[in-house]
Amino acid sequence: MKNTDKAAQYVIIGNGVAGIGAIEAIRKRDKEGKITVITDEKYPCYGRPLISYYLEGMTTRDKMDYRPAGFYSAMNVSLVLGERVDKIDAKAHKVMCGNKSYPYDKLLIATGSSPVVPPTEGYDNVRKKFTFNKLDDALAIEKAVDKSSRVLIIGAGLTGLKAAEGLYPRVGSITVVDMADRVLPAVMDADASAIIRKYLEGKGIKFYLSDCVSSYGDGFATLRSGAEIDFDVLVTAVGVRPNTALAAEIGCAVERMTESGRPFRGIVVGDDQMTNVKDVYAAGDCTLSYDVTFGNTRPLFIQPNAYMQGETAGTFMSGGSREKRNYLPVNAGGFLGLHIITAGSYDGEPLTIEENGSFHRFFVKDGKLRGFIQIGGYSRVGILTDMIRRQTDIESVDFASLVRNPGLAALGMDYVHSVLGKEGA
Amino acid sequence: MKRVYVKEEWCLGCRLCEYWCVYSGSGEKNFPFAFDGGATPPAGMQVEEVGPIHFAVDCRHCDDPLCLKGCISGALYRDGYGAVRVDKTKCVGCHTCIAMCPYGCIVDGGDNKPIKKCQLCAGRDYTPQCVLHCPNEAIVFEEE
Amino acid sequence: MIDYIQPDYEVVRNKELCIKCKVCVRQCANKVHMYDEKRDVLYVDNSKCVNCHRCVTLCPAKALKIVKTDHCFKPSANYTEDIIKDIYRQADTGGVLLSSMGTPKSYPVYWDKILLNASQVTNPSIDPLREPMEIRTYLGKKPEEIRYLPDGSIEAEKYSNLELKVPIMFSAMSYGSISKNAHLALAKAAETLGTFYNTGEGGLHEDLYKYGPNTIVQVASGRFGVHPAYLGAGAAIEIKIGQGAKPGIGGHLPGSKIGPEVSRTRMIPMGTDAISPAPHHDIYSIEDLRQLVYSLKEATDYKKPVIVKIAAVHNVAAIASGIARSGADIIAIDGFRGGTGAAPTRIRDNVGIPIELALAAVDTRLREEGIRNSVGIVVGGSVRTSGDVVKAIALGADAVYIATPALLAIGCHLCRSCHAGRCNWGIATQVPELVQRLNPEVAARRLVNLVSAWAHEIKEIMGGMGINSIEALRGNRLMLRGVGMTQKELDILGIKHAGE
Repeated sequence: MKNTDKAAQYVIIGNGVAGIGAIEAIRKRDKEGKITVITDEKYPCYGRPLISYYLEGMTTRDKMDYRPAGFYSAMNVSLVLGERVDKIDAKAHKVMCGNKSYPYDKLLIATGSSPVVPPTEGYDNVRKKFTFNKLDDALAIEKAVDKSSRVLIIGAGLTGLKAAEGLYPRVGSITVVDMADRVLPAVMDADASAIIRKYLEGKGIKFYLSDCVSSYGDGFATLRSGAEIDFDVLVTAVGVRPNTALAAEIGCAVERMTESGRPFRGIVVGDDQMTNVKDVYAAGDCTLSYDVTFGNTRPLFIQPNAYMQGETAGTFMSGGSREKRNYLPVNAGGFLGLHIITAGSYDGEPLTIEENGSFHRFFVKDGKLRGFIQIGGYSRVGILTDMIRRQTDIESVDFASLVRNPGLAALGMDYVHSVLGKEGA
Repeated sequence: MKRVYVKEEWCLGCRLCEYWCVYSGSGEKNFPFAFDGGATPPAGMQVEEVGPIHFAVDCRHCDDPLCLKGCISGALYRDGYGAVRVDKTKCVGCHTCIAMCPYGCIVDGGDNKPIKKCQLCAGRDYTPQCVLHCPNEAIVFEEE
Repeated sequence: MIDYIQPDYEVVRNKELCIKCKVCVRQCANKVHMYDEKRDVLYVDNSKCVNCHRCVTLCPAKALKIVKTDHCFKPSANYTEDIIKDIYRQADTGGVLLSSMGTPKSYPVYWDKILLNASQVTNPSIDPLREPMEIRTYLGKKPEEIRYLPDGSIEAEKYSNLELKVPIMFSAMSYGSISKNAHLALAKAAETLGTFYNTGEGGLHEDLYKYGPNTIVQVASGRFGVHPAYLGAGAAIEIKIGQGAKPGIGGHLPGSKIGPEVSRTRMIPMGTDAISPAPHHDIYSIEDLRQLVYSLKEATDYKKPVIVKIAAVHNVAAIASGIARSGADIIAIDGFRGGTGAAPTRIRDNVGIPIELALAAVDTRLREEGIRNSVGIVVGGSVRTSGDVVKAIALGADAVYIATPALLAIGCHLCRSCHAGRCNWGIATQVPELVQRLNPEVAARRLVNLVSAWAHEIKEIMGGMGINSIEALRGNRLMLRGVGMTQKELDILGIKHAGE
């Protein structure tokens, strides 16, 4: 129970960016409270998507820490590394790790997500097999591969392709298999996907699409189509699921039915990121988020959202409040030199501009920009993301100019004054 | 905190601010040296044009910086002065910040290179070169 | 047609420094600088260059300079290059040659032949940083005598005077010949400095009425923009008879400069030429002038001093005497080296007399006639420095008008191409994107700096002479000595030769 005479105790489970968002928000309001972060990883918070960049050699271990050295002590956070939370005692306001317990006034569950490994015959006998979500995965893969390695990646989503990019300079060959009929099925439409596939094929990456592994043998995989692929190293990257077990045990709602009757899994939270259990908050990949572009609540495995949800949670946990944020899927990244940025949903009338090898497609529905796909040659597209976020009426702006060359002027000088003037930002 | 503000009434669209921005980021003492490596603007400052009206757009160093909150590597940070800056050694060029910035103030630094953005001329004693060199005082550096 | 005239200037680009930012291309309204995208090359058309330094000044790499071409005609001290080119131009066009700003010809500058005195031993100098130094000037008619009222107090001032915190005013430059932003800068600076600027003959833009207490409104032969509110807005009214740069000539503002705002301010249709007649068609005598002076006083309740401005011409002393008797409060005399937005070249370069001689002659004549106190005297027409100001006051002026130095302060580079209307500095133009280049806040600050600096220098010079009041300097020709002048010139100036 919260004792008003003593400093508040905050416990954060998980050391991803949601936790960092929470710490920074709590410390804006509460300099005294005790903050404990418990993580089963051995490292202070690092940028999780950096693991592919690490393999690729674009960053180094010491540059991956999400906050500078001294962050935790400056924020007066006690960081518990390498401990796994076994259970939460919501009644007693305690978090249990083996024989240790950590009391809390406010708890944040930021347990993230875990890779899904589809059950496949012979998988257990594959010697060099990995998933691709954590730093330990990357460090292990780094040791397992050499210039002659033949790598098989299951999954042509963002994680699978980023793994391919990371491994590209380190290995002999890369083959990617996916059940979907295209690469990046979640973030690209068919046309855009084809561009990426063609580009990556040009780099020597082989794809088996609309296919899956039916069994693994000794150094080879047999696909449903009958094809056999020889490999030395297997990386499974078919997707992630929210880590909701701890929350479910204490009675948090961890599933929400959609209109189509299909459940979305993830901890259900309010606009303040609190679960239905008192004093228990959740943020990041383990939760469901309201997606302004789809107008529904669903999992958004997007790092920017994780930070902002953690920040919102931290604000409310420390007694503050803030306006509701509009979340939306935003993805950005490069694939061996081909850069993409996507945002929102692709439900709407497409408008496509292709020039000089770049591809820009915009989706408009009900007079509003709902989403876009940009491949190469983009600039200032955050202006468009913001239009999606604010649900700006495209009739009120110079949309034709915005899609060709995003700029603030096309949003009208009144808007320019409001954001660039002294009352803006 | 002092921020850069633009008075479009006096902006001539000469784009000198864009070049001084490149200069400032280069760390060079001599202006032409900043362009030795073939650097071309924009580096952060960008002049927009709509009919006869011009105005320069520069990072707002927002109170709620979505770029910083979206950054996957922690390369974006707020410094002691209040400026939202990029640690070029940490940035991997993923462009999430470009996707996030509502004002389009973050610039692609090139493939596999760190992004470019206004650092509020932190390396030049927080004397924004765009302001210093604007020929018509169309850019000012003032308290809110 | 063969073009006989080769460019006067050459743009020199240091390719090692140039970063191809193209600010020169964007900023040159004369389109001298161009960029070829295919070749990635910057190139120039020297024939269009007026040597205004806009590109040189804005080039961030300092990669540009403009040099006078060394392409030459066979040298002649008689048929000089200028004369040859002017003849070619007239043979091309059949037209009257136009020029801008003051004459560049090498007529004697008497300011530079006059030296100032300073105190030594017997009459100690004064340190203006330690002791009060009064340069406040009251401009206008002074009372003939001091009168005591029955209660023993002194009769209050009978005549309205202009109070100048510094004896320097900005001369008439019309809205039309210069931009609104230039006018606004002059108005703001005059307000800050406690002095006056002058509308010229183009009327007063509605946005500038608020600077009325620091405005002299002009009534010229075209009577553009003159109406009761205009007369009422200013602190004084100036009747413009003549201008030093073009005595005997009217004005001609081409229709291309008469946009909507100039049209409204001048009260003439858009796009029509604004032609100021050479004479005022209602003034053919001092008596006629007197009628206009009193009409204007009547129209403004005798509350505002009336200035009559004339060009310095041969009979200037007699004319000034007539003006003093016409009821005018102030006589403004404009010397032949004065500036202009546009004047026929031959008039500018050949008509009129130097302001120094005109001033001395007028002051002497009015003193001799005992009417010097009935008018204030203001001189203009190439007062270039605070030294010139001090010499003018010692020769007998109450105050000076400056224009060219004011324009230089706000960016003019004396390229003398005002008449082309494409002033790259936003001063002598009405093209909106060029006018925008002159931020009046910046320009006003520079004007205030200039005049404040001169005020300091004037005090410094006065202190050196042992004089602590501008009153004691006025007409004090003993403070002046001539060098390199004939006895006749010294006699007219009323000063002794150095060493005397």
